[in-house]
Amino acid sequence: MSAATFARGYQALKENIDISIASYFHSCVHCGMCAEACLFYTETNDPKYTPIHKLAPLRKVWEQEYTLLGRLKVWLGLAQPLKDEELAEWKEYIYDSCTLCGRCSMVCPVGNDLVYMIRKVREGIAAAGHAPTGLIDATTRAIKIGSPMGLKWPALQTQIKHVENDTGLIIPIDQPGAEFLVLMSSMEIINFPEYLAAVAKIMKHVGKTWTISTEAFEATNSGIQIGVSDIAKELVSRIVKAAEKLQVKTVISPECGHAYMAIRWEGPNLMGRYFKFQVKHILEVLDEFRDQGKLKTDGIFETARLTYHDPCQIARRGGVIEQPRNLLKLVARNFVEMADHGKMNWCCGGGGGVSAIDEAHELRTKVFNRKKNQLQELKVEKLVTACANCRIIIEEGFEDYQMELPIIGLTEMVAEHLVEK
Amino acid sequence: MNYTEFLLWVRGPAFHFATAILVLGLTLRFLEMLFLGSPRQYAAVRSNGIAGGIRTVISRFAPPEPGVFQRSWFIIVAGYLFHLGFFISFFLFAPHIILLKQVLGVSWPGLPAPVINIITIVSLFAMITLLINRWYYPVLRFLSDFEDYLSWTLAFLPLFTGYLAFHHIWLPYPLMLALHILSVEILMIVLPFTKLIHTFTFIIARWTNGARAAQKGVQV
Repeated sequence: MSAATFARGYQALKENIDISIASYFHSCVHCGMCAEACLFYTETNDPKYTPIHKLAPLRKVWEQEYTLLGRLKVWLGLAQPLKDEELAEWKEYIYDSCTLCGRCSMVCPVGNDLVYMIRKVREGIAAAGHAPTGLIDATTRAIKIGSPMGLKWPALQTQIKHVENDTGLIIPIDQPGAEFLVLMSSMEIINFPEYLAAVAKIMKHVGKTWTISTEAFEATNSGIQIGVSDIAKELVSRIVKAAEKLQVKTVISPECGHAYMAIRWEGPNLMGRYFKFQVKHILEVLDEFRDQGKLKTDGIFETARLTYHDPCQIARRGGVIEQPRNLLKLVARNFVEMADHGKMNWCCGGGGGVSAIDEAHELRTKVFNRKKNQLQELKVEKLVTACANCRIIIEEGFEDYQMELPIIGLTEMVAEHLVEK
Repeated sequence: MNYTEFLLWVRGPAFHFATAILVLGLTLRFLEMLFLGSPRQYAAVRSNGIAGGIRTVISRFAPPEPGVFQRSWFIIVAGYLFHLGFFISFFLFAPHIILLKQVLGVSWPGLPAPVINIITIVSLFAMITLLINRWYYPVLRFLSDFEDYLSWTLAFLPLFTGYLAFHHIWLPYPLMLALHILSVEILMIVLPFTKLIHTFTFIIARWTNGARAAQKGVQV
């Protein structure tokens, strides 16, 4: 990544404008419905968090670069070109108060995909050098060390040994020709190694070959979150190289929302080519096993009243919506849905890299109120999800709001209910 | 220029000028958009997105999910009433159908004038409430700029002058009718250069959003 300058930021914004973005700016009639879909507005009542307002810098560049009228306005002195200070100011709207959850894109009556544009504005603000320090640090660690949290292979190796000791199962490492390459997020390696244990148990149960790569075990992609495409591409390419070297059929994205977005949806576009392997979220893989009758459960159902929190990038922006529900029905008797769920679920408040932004902590705690209310309305005894970041954010939120509710990852829950073979 | 001459002028040269600006303006705006192109999709998609794109173009005419409706019910209800009223009175009022037949060469049955009258009143009322909402609802007060108020005015005037002309209120009928036609012509001239262009661009907006989501397997 070359040195950040306003010129580079401006250029990045300019290059990212396509036909859809032009149609979105043309079509917006300032109806305000996107505000009501955004938890940063609904929980603060501050209009400055209205999603379309967050896109003002991009609108300016589009108008002044790609429309005759916009150019004329600048020429006549009726409009001012974008300034570096504006990009610096907009950092709060584009990073701190947007989790890229995409709920706004679901409600816009003219059909604007607002989050698609927010993602593009991040490219501009990052290139101009105004990205949040927390995300810059995470991205630097990801590039230099291999993981946004600074984890190296020995850390995972230690966890692997623990898991092997605890379960008596072997975790395959660098196995060429395995069917699945299993990725993990740093958050899982540090906080939820039970995910790895669950995967090992499930793979043994279904009799599938799998492996972890010493060269590419980290699934998360800080380049996507901060909005620097060349870094995002470098991080994706590590996985692609490992997957192709090991000749796996499928790469399994872990219980992490944005990792799935990064490798499944943005990855091939960043690489500029089709992948030679498939990319699936762990829940997709498990649901396929279920569909094939390979998951033999012990018949002991979860009896607690529980609900499922859809991670935005897995459900709304990723298309994995039915699979977790199918799996829950397999193991739980008392599964209930939140009023807004699936593609309309509310974000935990910490996605899109917001959890890595220190100065956004207070705001994100405030907007967690939405998730808290959703859960309290439902009076559940347990929460299931499929994203380690959501899980941490929700746990922190519970602490801040002095609420107690056990949270479990769905993969782990499924593994717990399989018959021992 | 007397009333009749004025009416002839708005019906003749002014109408041709407005039509030309509308067509040229829309052409320019669409070319500006089309030249931007679209990035290529390399991810293995769950559907090609065509059906999903079409579905979203249509489905966003329907009321949204209950959770969304509850939070934005006013703008949705008033928005429907205004848009429906505008289009019904535009396309299904007998004198308009006669005019459109001259331009387009096709015609269709209209609604009785008293029905159009009621629909116009409802539409005007909805527009006024939308304007008040724009002043009082903090999000809209914050977002609204000159163009929003200009667009509102340009959409309001044809309905309002049409209503006055129909009822022979205020000004002599030929003058009111001329002003009504002129208000439509101003709308036609300004449309391509303001957010009123959403009348056409919403199709691309909904299409691209819907198609991209459908490729991921989500119906938006």
